[in-house]
Amino acid sequence: METLISVLIGILFTIGTYLILSKNLLRIILGSSIISHAVNLLILTMGGLKTGGPPLLGMGGTTFTDPLPQALILTAIVINFGITAFFLVLSYRAYKVLGTDDTKQMRGNENE
Amino acid sequence: MNNLLILPIIIPLITGMFMVIIRKKINVQRVLGILAIAGTGAVSAVLISQIKASGIQVLHIGGWEAPFGVSFAADMFSALLLLTSSIVSLFCLIYAFRSIGKGRETHYFYPLFLFLLTGVNGSFLTGDLFNLFVCFEVMLISSYVLISIGGTRIQLRESIKYVLVNVLSSSLFLVAIAYLYATIGTLNFAHLSVRVAEAGQNGLLTAISLLFLIVFGLKAGLLLFFWLPGSYSAPPTAIAAIFAALLTKVGIYSIIRMFTLVFYHEPNVTHLIIGIMSALTMVLGAIGAIAYWNIKKIITYNVIVGVGFILAGLASGTPEGLTGAIYYLIHDIIVKALLFLIGGTIIAITGTANLRDISGLIQTYPYLGWMFFIAALSLAGIPPLSGFIGKVFITEGTFEAGYIWLGAIGLLTSLMVLYSVMKIFMNGFWGESYLYEENEKGKTKGLLFPIAALTALTIALGVGAEGIYAFSDLAVESLMNPSLYIEAVLGNNWVGPN
Repeated sequence: METLISVLIGILFTIGTYLILSKNLLRIILGSSIISHAVNLLILTMGGLKTGGPPLLGMGGTTFTDPLPQALILTAIVINFGITAFFLVLSYRAYKVLGTDDTKQMRGNENE
Repeated sequence: MNNLLILPIIIPLITGMFMVIIRKKINVQRVLGILAIAGTGAVSAVLISQIKASGIQVLHIGGWEAPFGVSFAADMFSALLLLTSSIVSLFCLIYAFRSIGKGRETHYFYPLFLFLLTGVNGSFLTGDLFNLFVCFEVMLISSYVLISIGGTRIQLRESIKYVLVNVLSSSLFLVAIAYLYATIGTLNFAHLSVRVAEAGQNGLLTAISLLFLIVFGLKAGLLLFFWLPGSYSAPPTAIAAIFAALLTKVGIYSIIRMFTLVFYHEPNVTHLIIGIMSALTMVLGAIGAIAYWNIKKIITYNVIVGVGFILAGLASGTPEGLTGAIYYLIHDIIVKALLFLIGGTIIAITGTANLRDISGLIQTYPYLGWMFFIAALSLAGIPPLSGFIGKVFITEGTFEAGYIWLGAIGLLTSLMVLYSVMKIFMNGFWGESYLYEENEKGKTKGLLFPIAALTALTIALGVGAEGIYAFSDLAVESLMNPSLYIEAVLGNNWVGPN
């Protein structure tokens, strides 16, 4: 199971990297978002995908899945959510002010 | 257990949250900001005296013992950095009063400044890897807003790059944490150190350590500094100064912490790579500093040279090298803030950053000129000033470790640094003055006080180097013996055969 998910994570990283290397600002943000999905899956996988009950004491099982990676992912998701929201608004504002969403045209010294 | 440890994080956080409510009352916010930072500085001074008297201070949050809960630990290294960063940020804040402008002030500049400090202080104090990630994010998110606040064209353009690079490096940080958790199964620094020592640092762990080096290298501007010159020349002076003084230094702190506490078993691989990276950083930074005629560009490339130089001290792996790295880190925080403030003041007076258009400032602004001269000499490491001791120790350390090429590159780049800042001094301050009362773009009223204070600090640090030797000695002792840190955090029963 871990192997399968690892391959999936690898594919997600590939797609994310490809998108980030493109010119369009929105594609770049999508790429960074996909990479953060891959990262969250990676944390979950690295914690081990052994079968066991959900980490709730009331469920009465004998084995539980590792609760720590879940807490880490929850934190990472919220942080990434905040940053993505900021990044989207920033690129919207940049599009309004600079008049382009092409990163090639955002180079040079003319605005300094 | 020492509850004081939480104060450097709590004080700016709560003050900042309160400031959000009183958005329009700028004067109240200013007073609160000064009080909060002064309070943090006072707490770190108390912490330093406690650490000197009774060793490393530890706080287990919520009473959960070390590997299970989040613990905060302050050794002398982090306490010294805390105190220095509080002092420098206080003066940057005072500089901001006169220079930042009402628009930014009413749009949460002061709360964001304090949140930035919350993240920085948390990064210096935390004893947990994931908590370090969270503190990094607190710091970075504040810096994203601070770099783009005001929304001028150049700020928008550069902040997109800055945000993207940091989002990616944060993702890589999480990847590295996931790998380390999978192999070692813990996130507490002290516990990590114990388990890495037990497992022996095999190829897998060394590979993970190099991933951490890439992550922190991106934050610190170690070789991966391509984002830094653009980002640091975009925001207003006070913000650029605090970025140059603190943000890269947090990355440097993390590299030093990781490679002295956790991954210290394979210095032939990791420390050699750090050495090569820092040599390249110094050379490329120095080339950049020489190449430009733009004041902002020259001083941002000097930040990069400083990063390379500090980590050359770590690469040597000797006590002398680490002593030098600590001295130089403290000196660098102060002098980079000073340099950015003076550079920003010159740009505010003349209205241009191009050195070819500036001349003869010494006739109208003698104090500013001579303070810049002192800052320049201090940056290059001329004896009575603060940069000298650090440079001597780092050079000694690299020679002792057999990395003579590294020390030689350090000395050579010092020469290039001196040339680059003297270029500003000779072209900007000497010569004929074109500047008359009527075409001055700005005034220096109120801006000179923080600059003078930081200049006095760099002189005092150089002359009184003997005075902080006792403290830096303790810092080096705890960096060279990871068992001291482990014992303090985990208690005696956890310490293994080493």
